[in-house]
Amino acid sequence: MKTNHTYSFIVLTAILLFCFVLNISLGSVGIPFSEVFDSLFGTVQNNTSQIIITKVRLPKAITAIIVGSGLGISGLLMQTLFRNPLAGPFVLGISSGASLGVALVILGSGLFGGLFATALITKWSIVIASSLGSFIVLLAVLAVSNKVRDTMAILIIGLMFGSITAAVVSVLSYFSSAEQLQQYIFWGFGSLSNLSWSDLLIFFSIYAVGLLLSIASIKGLNGLLLGDNYAKSLGLNLKQSRLIIILATSLIAGTITAFAGPIAFIGLAIPHLTRQIFKTTNHKILLPAVFLFGAIVMLICDTIAQVPYSDYMLPINAITALVGAPVVIWLLVRQRKMMF
Amino acid sequence: MKNETSHIILKAEQLSIGYKTKKIETVIASNINFELQKGQLIGLVGANGIGKSTLLRTLIKVQPELSGAISLNNKDLKSTSTLELAKQLSIVLTEPLTSKNLSVFELVALGRHPYTNWIGNLTENDTTTINNALSLVNISELKDKKCYELSDGQLQKVMIARALAQDTAIIVLDEPTSHLDMYHKAYILKLLQKLTKETGKTILFSSHEIDLAIQLCDTMIVMTKGQVVCDKPCHLISKGVFNSLFPKDLIVFDDKTGSFRVTK
Repeated sequence: MKTNHTYSFIVLTAILLFCFVLNISLGSVGIPFSEVFDSLFGTVQNNTSQIIITKVRLPKAITAIIVGSGLGISGLLMQTLFRNPLAGPFVLGISSGASLGVALVILGSGLFGGLFATALITKWSIVIASSLGSFIVLLAVLAVSNKVRDTMAILIIGLMFGSITAAVVSVLSYFSSAEQLQQYIFWGFGSLSNLSWSDLLIFFSIYAVGLLLSIASIKGLNGLLLGDNYAKSLGLNLKQSRLIIILATSLIAGTITAFAGPIAFIGLAIPHLTRQIFKTTNHKILLPAVFLFGAIVMLICDTIAQVPYSDYMLPINAITALVGAPVVIWLLVRQRKMMF
Repeated sequence: MKNETSHIILKAEQLSIGYKTKKIETVIASNINFELQKGQLIGLVGANGIGKSTLLRTLIKVQPELSGAISLNNKDLKSTSTLELAKQLSIVLTEPLTSKNLSVFELVALGRHPYTNWIGNLTENDTTTINNALSLVNISELKDKKCYELSDGQLQKVMIARALAQDTAIIVLDEPTSHLDMYHKAYILKLLQKLTKETGKTILFSSHEIDLAIQLCDTMIVMTKGQVVCDKPCHLISKGVFNSLFPKDLIVFDDKTGSFRVTK
């Protein structure tokens, strides 16, 4: 049984490497494979292909890996924590919270007007607003989930947060300029590009902290599979484990939403797809598997979104929804019950 | 007679149980006193709503006692940490599993949680304990099955194996025989009796199978309105405690057979 998993991990890693190279090789400009490798390993310097690869495609591919794996992992943590197969950063309103933060910064800045407005909309203010938004919503959801035992209620509350965001956004858009509105809408489409290496370093650092926290909660997550009372009877410090899981999720989901926009369905669909293949709920196996799977799917979605050899660039959110939503429906229909 | 030499594992003194909100204190049962000996099978019986589950939940520290004291292995339950408690007491509850996608081995392995390292790696010692637990309950052949493939009876055995793997001196089970047919009810209770004999563990369970409990238990705790009695089953019968268990309009306790009869 153990060797079976090792085998799957080797295959997944190989697929990930393949998708990574594929993602870098394909783009609006055709670059032959040999040149891609030369640029990657630095044997060619300062020609056009090398600049495209290292300045544009490589950061984008790395972003895709971080976004895909991060959303998958935060979805996995949420599903176990809330004991609900439908939980995910998007469903629980965490992405909505982040969007609200961003909307307040981009659209709300119009209310101040003048010079102050332009000073307010920097990449940093968006990142901070988005992370804060997701953290606050997650805290609210957790506070409610401590009071309301019913997990269905938690999901509905998540949906309500989504509605509140939509309402606030439409009110704000009434008062903001077309330009600001456009900026917000483009952010809302989600995008993996536009990240420089220095952005990426910060992005990766925060993500890495979240990832380490998730790895630290593997044992706690496995205990939670039995339910709260059993977990407690196993000597698990429930409050502490919950806090670490929440912190990990809001760090990961918050920064991802800030840097790449609200990306739908990956967080929900990836853990389910992974469970289908690995047939286990043991987080020691699931966590790395979700990491690999999320990264692979995101790389593929991004490869499709950039429409190879053309000047078009589709919004990544549309692609993830087109891939993710049918997967969820298929799982529901085929399995009748989404088990986890 | 043997009480001087035997070891008291769980003790309740002047215990009062119930629920407390900010203003109102709802007392469900009070003046509960008992001493449970090591290596015994103890059945907890009582009518629906009398507070069996509340008592068990208080004993396993899921909810606080209103007053009185519980001591586990001569140590006050309040001052026992969660991790310490996990090494002393394991539980089997009625609540359904959150995830049924675990294999039997993985589920039983979760019982080793208090002993494993930060990421939950199983040592050889852990694996041996898990396999022992599986074979004690006779489910070694189910090892690789998923929990959703099991029948209720099998699942109950798996949960008992998980509690065994936790390697605690005492196991508490809340209604382990509900949802089971007559044969499996007897099977599970007989299994619990066997486990106390073979492992020297103390097993406390609540049940509605009063006649089976009378036949199998070393000690019984009977909860009736107004009093909680703890004694050997034969003494309880001669004291007529079982007669006060239920309203007498429908069923009466028959001392000779040790079971309830419908009144004609």
